Amino acid sequence: MKLFKKVVSVAAASAMAMSLLSGCGSSAAPSDTYKIGSIGPATGDGAAYGTCVKNSIQIAVDEINESGGINGKKIEYKFEDDELNAEKAVNAYNTLKDWGMQFLLGSVTSASSIAVSEKTKEDNMFQLTPSGSAADCVKYENVFRVCFSDPNQGIASADYIADNGLAKKIGIIYNSSDVYSSGIYQKFAEEAAVKGLEIVSAEAFNADNKTDFSVQIQKAKDNGAELVFLPIYYQEASLVLSQAATMDYSPKFFGCDGLDGLTAVKNFDASLAEGVMLLTPFAADATDDLTVNYVTKYKEKFGEVPNQFGADAYDAVYAVKAAIEKESITPDMSVSDICEKMKKAMTEIEVAGLTGTITWDASGEPTKEPKAVVIENGSYKSMQ
Amino acid sequence: MSFLTYFINGLSLGSIYAIIALGYTMVYGIAKMLNFAHGDFIMVGCYVVFTVVSTMGLNPLVGIAASIVICTLLGIITEKVAYKPLRNAGSPLAVLITAIGVSYFLENAALLIFGADTKAFTSVIKWEGVILANGALKIQGVTIITIAISLVILAVLQTFIYKTKAGQAMLAVSEDKGAASLMGIDVNKTISLTFAIGSSLAAIAGVLMCSAYPSLTPYTGAMPGIKAFVAAVLGGIGSIPGAMIGGLILGIIEILGKTYVSSQLSDAIVFGILVIVLIVKPTGILGKNIQEKV
Amino acid sequence: MTMKKIQDKYITYGMVVIAYVLCEILMRTGVMTSHIKGLLVPVCYYAIVAVGLNLCVGILGELSLGHAGFMCVGAYTSALFSFSMKEVLPTVPRFIIALFIGVAFSALFGFLIGIPVLRLKGDYLAIVTLAFGEIIKNVFNSVYLGLDDKGLHFSLKDMASMGMDPSGKILVNGAQGITGTPSDANFTIAAFLLLASLFIVQNLIDSRDGRAIMAIRDNRIAAESNGINITKYKMSAFTISAAIAGIAGVLFSHNISTLTATSQYFGYNASILILVYVVLGGIGNIRGSVIAAMVLYLLPELLRGLSDYRMLIYSIVLIVMMLFNWAPKAREFREKHFAFLKKRKEARQ
Repeated sequence: MKLFKKVVSVAAASAMAMSLLSGCGSSAAPSDTYKIGSIGPATGDGAAYGTCVKNSIQIAVDEINESGGINGKKIEYKFEDDELNAEKAVNAYNTLKDWGMQFLLGSVTSASSIAVSEKTKEDNMFQLTPSGSAADCVKYENVFRVCFSDPNQGIASADYIADNGLAKKIGIIYNSSDVYSSGIYQKFAEEAAVKGLEIVSAEAFNADNKTDFSVQIQKAKDNGAELVFLPIYYQEASLVLSQAATMDYSPKFFGCDGLDGLTAVKNFDASLAEGVMLLTPFAADATDDLTVNYVTKYKEKFGEVPNQFGADAYDAVYAVKAAIEKESITPDMSVSDICEKMKKAMTEIEVAGLTGTITWDASGEPTKEPKAVVIENGSYKSMQ
Repeated sequence: MSFLTYFINGLSLGSIYAIIALGYTMVYGIAKMLNFAHGDFIMVGCYVVFTVVSTMGLNPLVGIAASIVICTLLGIITEKVAYKPLRNAGSPLAVLITAIGVSYFLENAALLIFGADTKAFTSVIKWEGVILANGALKIQGVTIITIAISLVILAVLQTFIYKTKAGQAMLAVSEDKGAASLMGIDVNKTISLTFAIGSSLAAIAGVLMCSAYPSLTPYTGAMPGIKAFVAAVLGGIGSIPGAMIGGLILGIIEILGKTYVSSQLSDAIVFGILVIVLIVKPTGILGKNIQEKV
Repeated sequence: MTMKKIQDKYITYGMVVIAYVLCEILMRTGVMTSHIKGLLVPVCYYAIVAVGLNLCVGILGELSLGHAGFMCVGAYTSALFSFSMKEVLPTVPRFIIALFIGVAFSALFGFLIGIPVLRLKGDYLAIVTLAFGEIIKNVFNSVYLGLDDKGLHFSLKDMASMGMDPSGKILVNGAQGITGTPSDANFTIAAFLLLASLFIVQNLIDSRDGRAIMAIRDNRIAAESNGINITKYKMSAFTISAAIAGIAGVLFSHNISTLTATSQYFGYNASILILVYVVLGGIGNIRGSVIAAMVLYLLPELLRGLSDYRMLIYSIVLIVMMLFNWAPKAREFREKHFAFLKKRKEARQ
């Protein structure tokens, strides 16, 4: 035991020393490239989202670099794993800072993003989260986001259901351990009351119990819900749909952007998703050139169909590009100067991206149109 | 009537816990080690079936066979490489930690090979199930088959352990390794065999679990693995019928708790009941009470 | 107490102090990267909770798989206090009171949970601690707490059922937890608290009470027949162990601004991770826990360069370390070939 401790302490000490030294040279010379960093879960439960963001930023960065970079300067890109853990996200942020990051596109999930924003605020580093949707994510003025906020989606969904008279009796199945899902649920419930929708059942599940939904479905069924609102991600939604089918329950299903990706689940019986409605800014099988280009490239390179997390991240890169061009930011500026200029530029640019045409205000919230789509014959159809 | 519906739903979930717990308790009862990687063996089994059936387009039976073979081999290899060297380490915790290492390894290897994306598993059971009371009640095919298979496994295991030489050797090893080897039992072989059986049961459990809940990620096995462990303890460590009963009870409690108390606090309810059962009966439902001696 | 034991104790303290001074120097001179700087506080609190768990596993001899739950209690109660007193109290007294609250509550939980848990034995005890850890996590995850003119509002279901005034302040928002806890923790405080925890545990071990606890571990029946009050000593060791986990929780919640009761921080996985520190460092070996916590927390961070293969390599290293450290064959091998390194005999164990 003693010996082991010695071996380990020597190894640890030398590892620490090495990492200390290796950190030395990195931030010295002024950079000749734009350095974009990103943080998200590449391992662990949220790996599907983090990986998609990681890959999508890579695609956008490659595209920009191939066409000559921004103002003739190339982009360098680095992604760090946070294991869906806010504490690890801060570690990842510090790693990226040592690397010389100037723009942070992250973190992918809300809790991590909020934790990191405390640090970016301290350092005055520009932060644009592709998919951190909780209200608190953008509470500092150096933080912007590409996705809709949770409250926004909750309100928009309730409005859409009420205004189009889709149903009167609503059942909800949400993930109470997830910031995104419980955030949407809260606002949806408030807005539904205003709009005169009756919520007949609101049942939760959590991260440790996300395979069996029989109770939640049965309760919606027993209480006569005509429409089941699913403010959850597509992985769980695919299970909800297949279990509802085996229970012979077929209400209308309505979801938010988290449901995007449903039809792309490998081997999923698409007939189960028939008639599912969702409010999403992005649809992987849309036929506009931009989406086709992105999805084709993604499939070629990574063999999977990207989801809306990736689309938001892709747009984030182009937003940064537009802002850099707007304020003629050069890579040799200090992080803080870049941030100041970016803050100003973000409110002035307009990005025509995969998730629609986006503008930002100083609060960091994006303005873009959510599209209501319905799944028909395995692909999305616009509803309006 | 609605109570019955929920009860049957609980039975479906419980049957899955039960079949996982059978494999768990096998290793746990005989080798006296908590194989935290058992849930991940299940995940590996599912990916094998997925690859064979959905990617290569072969018959599901081929997939199941392949999955049993691969899981069995995986179990034997894991035992040889990671667990056996620690058998006489002095503390049972050493091997527990290595099992966690194996669990991380399998999850991350699956993540690298298959990607993080959810895969939809095609159920290998096509039977719709039984409809009772003019359609008001429905017992799913997969539930009936899972319970039937669990019972078959239960019977086979019981016969094997109590009626065959190898089974008796297992019992002897679980009682006292030293004495067993003095009686001429090859302890290493016996434990290898235990792992082989436990892992092949994991493959079967995996196929049935993914048929009932057709979603597959590298982390699919982790939580059911823990729940099955809870079920095994609830039923009494080392008792094979106990594992089955524990699994069914756990599933029913979970569903009824979600239904009648709170869907948010379902874990708290399940674990709360576990605590109460163990306080009332500290060795689980069918566990043996061993008197401590000086 | 022999000279050796005293010496051994001071080596542990000295190690922490030297590491602290070294890190401070590196930080002040600007040599240390921000990455490493950011890791210092987490390393300290994981070391603290590992020391606390070692008291339970190594000294008391009972396997607990729920220590992350006690960390959760400490983190939530202290963060709740700091968050609501953010504008009222200055940093120093606020943190001291928060620390006190966090430790008191986790000790209370340790005591209450200890009553049923310590009646059980072995694996049954372990599973019940796991169960309590999961219950704590699950309940904290569902808590909604708000404050408005009419007073405190509480719900275990959702925001709406609290019936809050819109102008009120939401303190705990269910799964979203507590957002905006002031970052009061820093490396100096963390290192000090690590030293304090070490001091508490080391002194307990060396005391009469500590020997009684170890006697229970080694032979309960013999201890009992020698007139040792089993329940009292078991309970006090378990409660202190929980309180130390609470210290770690306080540091945790005051280090990052978001606190959520999710599995990656407070689930059974997190508890097991802490157990890994204890077992790898040596069961009952307090210094080993500190070193193992440091090494194993830093390892995946230092492997960041490997990107995709990081966690895979980490798992392999973990298995290899366990085999190297614990396997009887490996021990023989080490004794044969590295005997020259092994000068001193183990003081304890």
